[in-house]
This record gives sequence, C-alpha cells and structure tokens, in this order.
Amino acid sequence: MPNTSRHSDPSGVNDGPAAGAAAGTSHHGAVAVDPPLAAAAATDVVGLGRARAFAFVAPALLLIGVFLLFPALWTLYIGATDYERTGPKHVSPSFVGVGNYTDVLADPSFYNSLWLSLLFVGFSAVIGQNGLGFALAWSLRNVAGWVRRTVETLVLFAWILPGSVVAFLWIAMLDRDGGTVNALLGTPGLAWFVDYPMASLIIFNIWRGTAFSLMLYGAALSSVPPSQLETARLAGASGLQTLRDVVFPHIRGHALTNTLLITLWTFNDFTPFLLTAGGPGDDSEIVSVYVYNTAIRDGRLGYSGAISLLILVANVVLALLYLRMLRKRSVS
Amino acid sequence: MTISDDDARRAAWRMAARIGFYALTCLIAVFFALPLLWLVTAPFDASPTYAVDVPEATLDNFAEINANPYAWGSMFNSIVLSIGTALFVVVGAALAAYALSRVRMPGRDALLYVLLLLSSVVTGTAAMVPLFLLVSEIGDSVHPALGIDSSFAVMLVMAGGLLPAGIFMLKDFVDTVPRSYEESARVFGASPLRILKDIVAPLIAPGLATIAVWTVVNVWGNFLVPFILLRDPGKQPAAVLMRTLYTESGQPNLALLSTFSLLYSLPVIAMYLYVSRKYGFRFHGGIKS
Repeated sequence: MPNTSRHSDPSGVNDGPAAGAAAGTSHHGAVAVDPPLAAAAATDVVGLGRARAFAFVAPALLLIGVFLLFPALWTLYIGATDYERTGPKHVSPSFVGVGNYTDVLADPSFYNSLWLSLLFVGFSAVIGQNGLGFALAWSLRNVAGWVRRTVETLVLFAWILPGSVVAFLWIAMLDRDGGTVNALLGTPGLAWFVDYPMASLIIFNIWRGTAFSLMLYGAALSSVPPSQLETARLAGASGLQTLRDVVFPHIRGHALTNTLLITLWTFNDFTPFLLTAGGPGDDSEIVSVYVYNTAIRDGRLGYSGAISLLILVANVVLALLYLRMLRKRSVS
Repeated sequence: MTISDDDARRAAWRMAARIGFYALTCLIAVFFALPLLWLVTAPFDASPTYAVDVPEATLDNFAEINANPYAWGSMFNSIVLSIGTALFVVVGAALAAYALSRVRMPGRDALLYVLLLLSSVVTGTAAMVPLFLLVSEIGDSVHPALGIDSSFAVMLVMAGGLLPAGIFMLKDFVDTVPRSYEESARVFGASPLRILKDIVAPLIAPGLATIAVWTVVNVWGNFLVPFILLRDPGKQPAAVLMRTLYTESGQPNLALLSTFSLLYSLPVIAMYLYVSRKYGFRFHGGIKS
C-alpha cells in the first residue's frame, strides 16, 4: 500500500460548497423530468442521473474494492487458516479457526515486536517528532526569514526524499569505520545499528518525520491571536506560562490530531526494515517488520494473517479516534 | 539617566538566552543536514568512502550508472510505475469526484467517510499478506500478466490505495466550479463525459496537477509494494534496486550507490522546489481549528 503518510491531510469529510450551491441551481426548461427524478435534478445540472453518476464512480470503486477493501476483509479468512507460501499447506490449507490467534497471543516474539513498536512509536513519534516539531515551530515563528526557511527546508528534505535513499544515507552516516557520527563523536568502530538498534531507529525516525509536526504546528500557531500573546507579555508571563495558558488551549485539538496521525503512520512504517531488517536477531523487529518476516520470509501466511488483523484493528481504533476528533472540532 | 544594575543584568541575560537559542537552532539544523551531506559530496568524489569529505571533483561516478545492467532500467521502471499509477488515480478520481459533487447520491457522505477511513487503515503493513496472496492468485488463475512480477498489478494496487484521498482532494476543487458553464454546455447538447473533459477538467487543472504530483511522489518513493510484488530485478523500480545494491553485493559499490541515490532523488527534489515556489509548501488554512 502506498505510503499514506505523505498525503497532504485531506482533513476530513468536508461538505464544502456542494450543499450550498444545490439550492441555487436553475431549472432545465424543455427537459421533461419524471417526478421521482425532480429532486435529483435540483442538484444535477448536467443531467448525469443516478445511473450514469454511478458509472462515473464505478472505476474508482472497483479499484478500491478489489485492492483495499477486499484484502482487508480477506485477512479475516487468511488468519483463520494454516496457509503457507509453499509446500502441502499451500496447495490445500485447512481451516484452523482461532488457532492462529491463540498461537500469536502465546508467542513471545509477538510480544517482543509489540513492545519494540511501542518504544518506537512512543519515543520517536509521540515524544520526538511531536516535541521537536512543536519546539521548532514555536521558536522559529519570530526568527529572521532566511534562518527559518533554511531550517524548514532541511527538515522537509528529510521527509520528502525516498525511503530507500534516506535509509542508505543513515547506513553511511552510522557506518562502523568511516561513518560521520563515529568521526564526530570520537567513537571509532562503534556499530550503531548492531549495538543500539532501537535507539538508532528512534533517532532516525525523529529525523525522518518531524517535518509533518513542524508544518502542522506552524499552521496551528498562526491561529493563536497575537493580541493574546501581547497581553500575556505585558502581564509579565514567562515563556512557559504563556505556552500553558495562552497557546496550548488554542492548539490542543491540533496536538491531538497530530499525535494520532503520526502514531498511526509510525506504527505502520516499514522503513526500519531497510535499516536493520529487524536485527540483530530480533532486537529491532517492530511489528511491521515482524509481519514481513513471518509472512514473506518464513512463508507462514495464515499465522501472519492473524497478526495483520490485529494491526488492522489497532489502526481502525486510531483512525476512528482521529475522525471523531475532526467531527467534534468542525461542530464546535 | 543611568541604567540600573537590574536592567543591565536583564539585558545580559537576554543576550545569553539569544546566543543559546541560536546555538541550539544551529545544532538542530546540523542534525537535519548531516545525513544529507553525504548525498551531495560522495557522488562527485573520485574515491568515495562512507566519510563525508571535500570531494576531489569528478563526474566519473556517473559512468558507474551506465556500467550497472539494472540501474537505468530501474529508473525507467520507476517512471512507468509512477506515471501509470498517476493516470489511474487522476482519471478515476476525476470521474468519481465529479459525479459525487454533482449528483446527490444516497449515502454519499457515508461513502466518503468510509473511504477515508479505509485508506488510512489498510496500510502496507496491515495488507501485505492479503495483497501478496491476492496478486499471486490473480496471476495463477486469471492471467500471469496480472500476477507477481507484473508492473500493471503494482499500479492497480497503488492506485487502489491512493484513490480515496485523491477523490477527497479533487472533490473540493470540483465543488468550487460554478455550474453555469455546464448548464450552457448542456443546452448545446454536450454529453456529461464531454462536459467533464472539455469544461470542468480545464477549470480544475490545478487540482488534477496536485493529485498527479502527489501520486507520482508517493509511488516514486514506495518501497514495500514493489518489494513484495516484483521479484524480477529487471522489473524492479529504483526504490527496490537501491536495497539490492547495498545488501546483496559483498562490498557495496559506493560510487554507484551514491550517484544512483542522487539521481533517484532529483525528481522528488525538483517537484518539491516547483511546488514550494508555486504554492508554498505549507498548510494554508487547510486545518480547521
């Protein structure tokens, strides 16, 4: 599935002007309109009609149905079989019911990957990207234009470059012998991805993903009325007090939105595979890499189907929370 | 009038805070710039190592690209996949967004809601197992040209994942087009498809361009889908070949890798510069508070 973390946040179900414009459209003089169609014609200026409108939507729905909806539903079935990539269980898999789920929930390597994913999401996204993104947005808002543009451009480059490229850049930078980091820190021979795989991945992901938080908080901070900041300054409030009492109430919704989105994306991110492939051993085998390793490398499709379904459920919970937030905010 | 001690101390304190602030900003800028340095220096270095140093300038490394049998091919594959997927997404999203904007179908808003939910939930991680199986099955039982090792299948899979958000973005554009043009075109007997193509499409050209660029950038950088669905190195895009270049050869050829990384990144950088110059790379009031 494409990396949806790049999409410029469609920010919710937005009825926009469609409903408003519907009222003002004119009649179609000579066209005879059947009574049941009259209501539709009030909005349907082109005379598309329901049937043809459906035909227009059909190609997109077909692709979405086959390659997005069906795989999601099929996971349910796959997870209930002992399907494998090769061998006899590939030809005639049998139905094992909830067997895979009980196996997964009793498997220490599943809990290992879940724990590593929690560390990865918690430290790199919720704390790292959130914190650094906000700190940068806050401190850069009054800074000279070129300083701000330079920092923003650098942060954005980390975000827009292809995953394969940034993965290799980090492998080069953290290389045991010639890497820049070892040269700077005076720690020759330190193999970061072997000795500190999770810490390296976390720092990498902060570098990689802060751009989104920076942009979101940048936009959010511009919604804080300058007069209130001025009042706080005149009242002698310290920086922290201003943040807590003036800024935070305005951006609380944005902060929650941002945290939910980057949590969802980081939890599903596959780029760590390019850096460590889960190793050494299973020391950095976060959930996304664990699914790949059990499904494609080891060929245990049924078993990994069960894990996929658990991931889907976690994603649904996060996405529903996010959508609820959006709706609450557009109502208030 | 004399300046009191208190004022002087406060001024000094403010000065120190300012210096500290700029030092910290510099440090953060360095943190973000450091990994990128190698990408800029190594391709022009006569004997590239993992270290960043002032290159002994040469363009010889670009010849390494010609020497590798898959390098240019993978770049070409990336172009084909990106443009092919963008075509599916743009055409599919334009048709759907137009119909959804102009005809009030029952359950339209619920449909859009569910699509948004689906596209953010069914990610590569959650769907790699069923997608791998689905494409293998289609290849076995329908036609090999749609199975594993089919670029066409990769395009369809990625278009399916990008279409929901594409429809969303485009519907906002279609909603702003005044209906009067379409009414007059209809009076002259133009068919709905014709109206969409000749009247609406030019008016929403910025929207079409936006989702085309957005799709191309997404597909260009996507690793997981082609990694799972394309086994033949001759069909793999640059994203997948990159990994092969540094994992499957004993001693990675750094001249080739660094040069290839740079060439492969250039289109994305060019598009970023184009978009940021034209529209500004920010969230413009897109976020409701």
